[in-house]
Amino acid sequence: MLALVSPALLVILALIVLPVGWLAWQSIYHDGFTVENYRRVFTEDIYWRSFALTFEISLAVTVIALLLGYPVAYLANSVPKGWSILILSLVVLPFWTSVLVRAYAWLALLQRTGVINQFLRYLDVISEPLALVHNTFGTVVATVHILLPFMVLPLYATMQKIPGDLMQAGASLGASPSLTFFRVFLPLSLPGVLAGCTMVFVLCLGFYITPELLGGGRTVMVSMLVSRNVELYNQFGAASAVAVVLLLSVLAIFFVVSRFISLDRVLGQK
Amino acid sequence: MMTKRNFGLGCALVGAMGLTTSADAAEQITFVSQGGAYQQAQTVAILDPSAKKLGITINQDSIPDAWPAIKTQVGSGKPIWDVVDTPTGNCLRGGEQGLMEKLDFSKIPNGAAMPEAYRSPYSVSYEFYSSVLSYSQKTFPKDAPNSWADFWDVKKFPGRRALRNHPFATLEAALMADGVAPDKLYPLDVDRAFKKLEEIKPHITVWWTSGAQSAQLLNDGEVDMEMAWNGRVSAVAKEGAKVAFTYNQGILQSTSLCILKGAPNLDTAVKFLNEAVDPVHQANLPLNIDYGPGNPKAFETGVINPERAAQLPSEPANASKQALMSYAWWSSPAGEAAEKRWASFMQK
Repeated sequence: MLALVSPALLVILALIVLPVGWLAWQSIYHDGFTVENYRRVFTEDIYWRSFALTFEISLAVTVIALLLGYPVAYLANSVPKGWSILILSLVVLPFWTSVLVRAYAWLALLQRTGVINQFLRYLDVISEPLALVHNTFGTVVATVHILLPFMVLPLYATMQKIPGDLMQAGASLGASPSLTFFRVFLPLSLPGVLAGCTMVFVLCLGFYITPELLGGGRTVMVSMLVSRNVELYNQFGAASAVAVVLLLSVLAIFFVVSRFISLDRVLGQK
Repeated sequence: MMTKRNFGLGCALVGAMGLTTSADAAEQITFVSQGGAYQQAQTVAILDPSAKKLGITINQDSIPDAWPAIKTQVGSGKPIWDVVDTPTGNCLRGGEQGLMEKLDFSKIPNGAAMPEAYRSPYSVSYEFYSSVLSYSQKTFPKDAPNSWADFWDVKKFPGRRALRNHPFATLEAALMADGVAPDKLYPLDVDRAFKKLEEIKPHITVWWTSGAQSAQLLNDGEVDMEMAWNGRVSAVAKEGAKVAFTYNQGILQSTSLCILKGAPNLDTAVKFLNEAVDPVHQANLPLNIDYGPGNPKAFETGVINPERAAQLPSEPANASKQALMSYAWWSSPAGEAAEKRWASFMQK
């Protein structure tokens, strides 16, 4: 077994552990040991604002993705096989387009002269175009779109494992469909909810292209600070300190979640 | 089987040896620019003719932001690149940090003949572009905004606005809007500039980060006026969008050529650097792309006709209406502090 996984482990070591370790080292060592990079992250308020905004956006995206994704997964789970394959293909289909293209597509839909504003003006619902993009709203909309599959797939996987006869048992004991759903199905699907939410939340924390293109310059997420710090301080340490803090936050989240649910399940394995 | 393999190996060896000898015989350098249509235009106007004239091979590489690579290459002690075309600030900063070769202008007569503001001990200006005030002609068919004071005047010129999400040129524009003359900007009064920017901030719809984005905003009518690079605006106009710009109070910016410290082909690199700013090669550049020559003598060669010259940012009459960006100030401690202050301004 070890022999079989060792190539993969070596690749991970060479391509992930070593570079990340090197970057982390740079954040504390630059012509001698320094805590300057971390002092900056923890004392200058732009970092706090950015971390707070990033967590707010990630939370909003996670909640919206859950509200949109749960019914989709539920539907895919309850229809015959052929239909569920179709539904899941539609969920996964956007993966075939690059994040960049999808960001520009949202721009075409949401901007002042975009499809939605023009349609609403045509219907005379609004007299002035709505500010749908170049702000946090546009960023959240596009990010939900990109991350939705990461919510739907773990939900579907969990729902698949809920035996259908449990619902029949509930019904035979006289429970209404909504009662069986809330008392039987929903609690059993919670591991999937937690898995999907963790995936979406964690992936969202590191989003870069979407807020950069759709945030109008005001929505500064942590990943954008990382790239900005490379430009501003001309050394990797300043940027990698931000990245290390973000990485540690993610690990902390995984740690907390793992107390409630096994990580295998978060990653959709069991 | 065995013979076949040996034969193959032999061929490869002969091939490799052939390569090495030819490379030794002809001098070569590695030149780096920013890629795309811009590097293509240089290849036609400057690089190929220079290579031919000097009898050298110019290997090209491209990278959008050369700075991190410059630091890494020189830091490793074995740079691969020789000559870089990069925003002038990088050359100056690199020079101060010991990443660039100090130039011996006795070997670079074309550079020595350029005005002092167009060169530094480490670099010579290579091409010019300008951060200009551009606007939609649909929104402003006449009486268009013509100065940064107009851009700041939201009553007289209502409409959506965009600025670059970067302090370069934006602080200069703010000061000009506040009444500072284009030739009296430096050293920048940073406090005054940020105070003026706070004034316009609520009226800025988008703070753009890439040139492509600025072009898209103007092209789609997402904003009515914005600061943009002249080449981007003219490209949008060429595609039929009703947009225009003024060079009045534009901020003239440049990229420069500099040589990496410890460049593998230093002598050839210096020869190339001199050739690249030759007035005739330089005059050919604007015939291929909407950027102005870095060497003002290019306008005296007769290669650029008067109509074309009038469109270019560094043409003397246009240049006189603009502010010449001081990269020396931007790479000074005060400039670096202003750059850092930008991030907190944006997130307030």
